[in-house]
Amino acid sequence: MSITDIEITQKLAHEDDHHEEHHDQPFIFKYIFSTDHKTIAKQFLITGIFWAILGGGLSVIFRLQLGFPDMDMGFLQPILGNWISNTGKLDPEFYLAMITMHGTIMVFFVLTAGLSGTFSNFLIPLQIGARDMASGFLNLLSYWFFFLSSVVMFISMFLSTGPASGGWTIYPPLSALPQAMSGSGTGMTLWLVSMVFFIASTLLGGINYITTVINLRTEGMSFRRLPLTIWAFFITAVLGLLSFPVLVACVLLLVFDRSFGTSFYLSEIFIGGEALPNLGGSPILFQHLFWFLGHPEVYIVILPALGITSEVISTNSRKPIFGYTAMIGSILAIAFLSFIVWAHHMFITGMNPFLGSIFMFLTLIIAIPSAVKAFNYITTLWKGNLIFTPAMLFSIGLVSFFISGGLTGLFLGNAAVDISLHDTYFVVAHFHLVMGSAAFFGLLAGVYHWFPKMFGRMMDEKLGYIHFWLTFVGVYLVFFPLHYIGIAGFPRRYYSFTNFDAFQSFTDLNAFVTVAAAITFGAQFIFLFNFFYNIFKGKKAPLNPWNSNTLEWTTPRIPEHGNWPGDIPKVYRWPYDYSKPGAKDDFIPQTVPYSETPESNTDFDNEMMKNEGITK
Amino acid sequence: MRSNAVILANRAIKIKVFNAKKFALWLFLISVCMLFAGLTSAYLVKKSDGNWLQFDMPQIFLYSTIVLIISILSMHWTYRSAKNNTLLSLKWGLLFTGLLAIIFSYLQFEGWGQLVETNVFLVGNPSGSFVYVFSGLHLVHLLGGLGFLVVVFVDTLKFQVHSKNLLTIEMCTTYWHFLGGLWIYLYLFLVINN
Repeated sequence: MSITDIEITQKLAHEDDHHEEHHDQPFIFKYIFSTDHKTIAKQFLITGIFWAILGGGLSVIFRLQLGFPDMDMGFLQPILGNWISNTGKLDPEFYLAMITMHGTIMVFFVLTAGLSGTFSNFLIPLQIGARDMASGFLNLLSYWFFFLSSVVMFISMFLSTGPASGGWTIYPPLSALPQAMSGSGTGMTLWLVSMVFFIASTLLGGINYITTVINLRTEGMSFRRLPLTIWAFFITAVLGLLSFPVLVACVLLLVFDRSFGTSFYLSEIFIGGEALPNLGGSPILFQHLFWFLGHPEVYIVILPALGITSEVISTNSRKPIFGYTAMIGSILAIAFLSFIVWAHHMFITGMNPFLGSIFMFLTLIIAIPSAVKAFNYITTLWKGNLIFTPAMLFSIGLVSFFISGGLTGLFLGNAAVDISLHDTYFVVAHFHLVMGSAAFFGLLAGVYHWFPKMFGRMMDEKLGYIHFWLTFVGVYLVFFPLHYIGIAGFPRRYYSFTNFDAFQSFTDLNAFVTVAAAITFGAQFIFLFNFFYNIFKGKKAPLNPWNSNTLEWTTPRIPEHGNWPGDIPKVYRWPYDYSKPGAKDDFIPQTVPYSETPESNTDFDNEMMKNEGITK
Repeated sequence: MRSNAVILANRAIKIKVFNAKKFALWLFLISVCMLFAGLTSAYLVKKSDGNWLQFDMPQIFLYSTIVLIISILSMHWTYRSAKNNTLLSLKWGLLFTGLLAIIFSYLQFEGWGQLVETNVFLVGNPSGSFVYVFSGLHLVHLLGGLGFLVVVFVDTLKFQVHSKNLLTIEMCTTYWHFLGGLWIYLYLFLVINN
């Protein structure tokens, strides 16, 4: 017995200082199969950037088709090959493939993996004061599952029959029957395989994030002292954990229908005059299962961006975030509501109007926590000592999109209005502003803000400003006109609208949108240059470039595996002590005890100070 | 009022540390719960839609359920043995539980055979397909549990499972009980709905 005891103590001691021994790892374990959360975060970010370029590039190509239907696209033949006909026309089926891939890539690969994967991994251990994630190995698996999923999806784009083409929501029977369209063959199969790996990656990541936040916080880091970024990542991971398994169930039944001939989603279908044997299924069932994931998914996309914005806006307004508790409450409320509103995507499926009005009511309630967040951002900015760093500009841009896109959500949440606006460009405009562009701006704000911590160097501010203004104005120029096109009744996902007389008058507007989209896309290359150039050549970053309170800025310029060379710092206060009356600086980091700041302590702080000895 | 808030705030600072691995296992179990909650609610939604084949669940699924319940008891006994450092009964307990799991899997296959004999196929009315999907997916998770048993058994041979090192067998027991509970839920669900 005593021998085993010694073994256990040795094992524990070994685990305790494992962070000290990673200095001379071979390249492959340090940069490729790394278990360091910072490296994994960078891997997610770079992969996400790759997908963003691809997803954005696709959108410019199909915008060309929509804006300039008579254009000769022969110049794209070297890239797209036979998808461009000899007369220079885009293949209509490939148009569908492109919008499907654009949606899939942006929602899952860029704004879920690229956003949550990057910043949850990077910031959770650094901001809660942990050496690494709860399980570095699971974290490594999470990235490599994502990588595998990316490879499969990428390969599917080069199939001669094209990738999945039934829209990112892959509604059966279109996606279930290979005869329905060429993309529903091998392309759809690879889409499903890729998503299985993607879900595995998300679940592994999510389990790790939740475990880390709950178990590995440093001394003094109570939930009431967590930065709002961590709150947002934490709740996002919970949402993913609860909703992605339902997507597994949904996709699994689709796989059975496609590969084994079951009839979960199929019934009474005739193709070319011949009846299929499938009887008794229901395609509406698919929509219920899909949107039970699909709706929380949009909050999985936007919540991390809102968390990043809270942190960036508070730091750069030099003011505590307005309504810290209300911010947490609104995150929790949004997360809760996100599970009981899914049927507002299905108002026109013939559902019971009474049920529709319940879902409408629940949907409109989401306006309340969303408005709480928007008001709190604005009141944090109000009379602050604003410092317009590029990250701050992108955060303010996010707030702008979140409001202007959110307002149209009120229209669409009403069943009566939705019946006429459903699947029009109005919906496209709505979600691209409120969730697409807003989350994308959150991602960019995060990159600009934490670049110094990721790479130990600074990004160029001037290029950042140019990037911001081109993108911000560009996004509005692209998506605002789409509201008009949508109200006019033009349906989304159509290859061409020149055949309809009613839409002739929108030809100019569509051309305008396409030009704006191309310029906005082009502006992202300024960012790419700024990003990659400054990883190697940027000015060396100071330890705390934004005078921020959170723990990540107490690490060395380039933290080793293990993050802090000595002991993990203890936390004595919340992260938003900016411009505290009486304090000598306009920020007090979380690591400063109340006993060192008697000049700025409130009565409450003095009470807390008496107990600091206990917590030390 | 004020001092109350201070006490509360201070209490919150003292962080309770759970075992991270065990906690992660519970999160995994939650996600499996959501998977089956999704499937069983899909079943109910589809059933209320009409065009639904009613049939009797084969008797053999009752036997397999009993076998699985015995394996839960034997797993519990195994865990008690590890806690009491009776290493021999620990090993036998693991082997016995594993054997019961294999018998359970065999009975599930037989159950599918009986379904086929009563003309309920995987391909056909969704009411039958669901039974195959539920039991098959549960079986996949059970095979994972069997793998976990093997890992614990190998640890036992290396004398790494005993009263001072209970983590792996605790996690294995949790997972095993969960699998048992999950199947009982699925079985009752199917019996009540058929």
